Amino acid sequence: MRKRRRAWPLFVILTLVAAAFAVADGSWMKHVPAKDHERKNPYYGQADAVAAGHLVYEDHCAKCHGENAEGTKKRPSLRSARVQQEATEGDLHWLLVNGNMGRGMPSWSKLGDPQIWQTIRYVRSLGQ
Amino acid sequence: MLAALIRIRQWQAGFALLFALLAASPGLAQERPYFVTYSHEMEEPGNLEIEMYNAVGKPPGGNRFLGSTTEFEFGAKAWWTTEFYLDGQVTWHDSTIFTGYRWENRFRPLLREHRINPVIYMEYENTSADKSLREVVGHDGRPDFYDSNADARADKERELELKLILGSNFHGWNLSENFIAEKNFTDDPWEFGYAWAVSRPLKLAASAQKCAFCREKFMAGLEMYGGLGDALGFGLHNTSHYLGPAINWSAPNGMTLSFSPQFGLNNYSIPHLYRFGIQYEIEQVVDRFRRSR
Repeated sequence: MRKRRRAWPLFVILTLVAAAFAVADGSWMKHVPAKDHERKNPYYGQADAVAAGHLVYEDHCAKCHGENAEGTKKRPSLRSARVQQEATEGDLHWLLVNGNMGRGMPSWSKLGDPQIWQTIRYVRSLGQ
Repeated sequence: MLAALIRIRQWQAGFALLFALLAASPGLAQERPYFVTYSHEMEEPGNLEIEMYNAVGKPPGGNRFLGSTTEFEFGAKAWWTTEFYLDGQVTWHDSTIFTGYRWENRFRPLLREHRINPVIYMEYENTSADKSLREVVGHDGRPDFYDSNADARADKERELELKLILGSNFHGWNLSENFIAEKNFTDDPWEFGYAWAVSRPLKLAASAQKCAFCREKFMAGLEMYGGLGDALGFGLHNTSHYLGPAINWSAPNGMTLSFSPQFGLNNYSIPHLYRFGIQYEIEQVVDRFRRSR
């Protein structure tokens, strides 16, 4: 008698992949842990940090989000109410570290915390 | 005559494409200074990175060689990077040859940053007489470098290479470990190898003014790799191992220059390797062609 091939490993893998994409949907703010949400930007109030963040933004972010953070065809504006008012700087830090890979936003953990916080300072300065 | 004309047109089209790519606004790559070890950091989606890595060495009593790979790395998705390699080598007092090609894909199964981040790496390679030393597995070592190119080319290597890449970023440091398993499509057994590396930028915060030689533009680290035998004889017997510091500089025009002197750790290894690389990143390369239509 022919033995039936077990399909459950494939099923488990597909389920895990589907689950991974489900948690990577556009509503990323729902997934920010409370302690990350509460984090304060150590560069808050430092004018130099805005200038430094501007340079980091130009090098790594402008191509997708636009030179003035106005967004491009496929990538969102960073001048939106969500980025400028609804999200805390801790939320934005969490997003930059983790990315939103299912939606095309890579992780920027390679920049290290100081450059991430500086970039956030620049982005938030656009709404002031 | 017609064939020659078509060939010239193809060359012209090739140069036009290359010019269009190079004239495109470059990005700042911020790459790790590793030559063998892969980190968990993927190519940004839509970006194309053109890289050239070289290894210069000389086995005792043998001829000096320069092994080279030219790589085209594309960020297909934030969690998927695909890369095509062209390999070649020069052996002094022998010849300069094209040694083959490779195609690899890297997948990041966990879509968030964790303490340890796994990446699955799969590569098909079709090479012969390769001296680029982009990985060391099995019993790769000094004896492989004494054959003439003509003899070495007879040994075709059509292989599947799998890697488990583990990477961590903490306080500006990156620690990456690779576990390698390689299978020739002939009857050869599975071969194993490892690589690990650690690196950090010389400064973590960005400067408030544009600068080419600020400390944050330099990244320094340490890299080690070697073979672990094969399925018939797993272990360190007759395996080669290398260790060396590595540094790179992210130039303002999107280019990154890397250098690493590496030292063979036993008699089975090449005593000294000098590695250098150039990387050039082009951002959002697909959008560029879309706009030009």
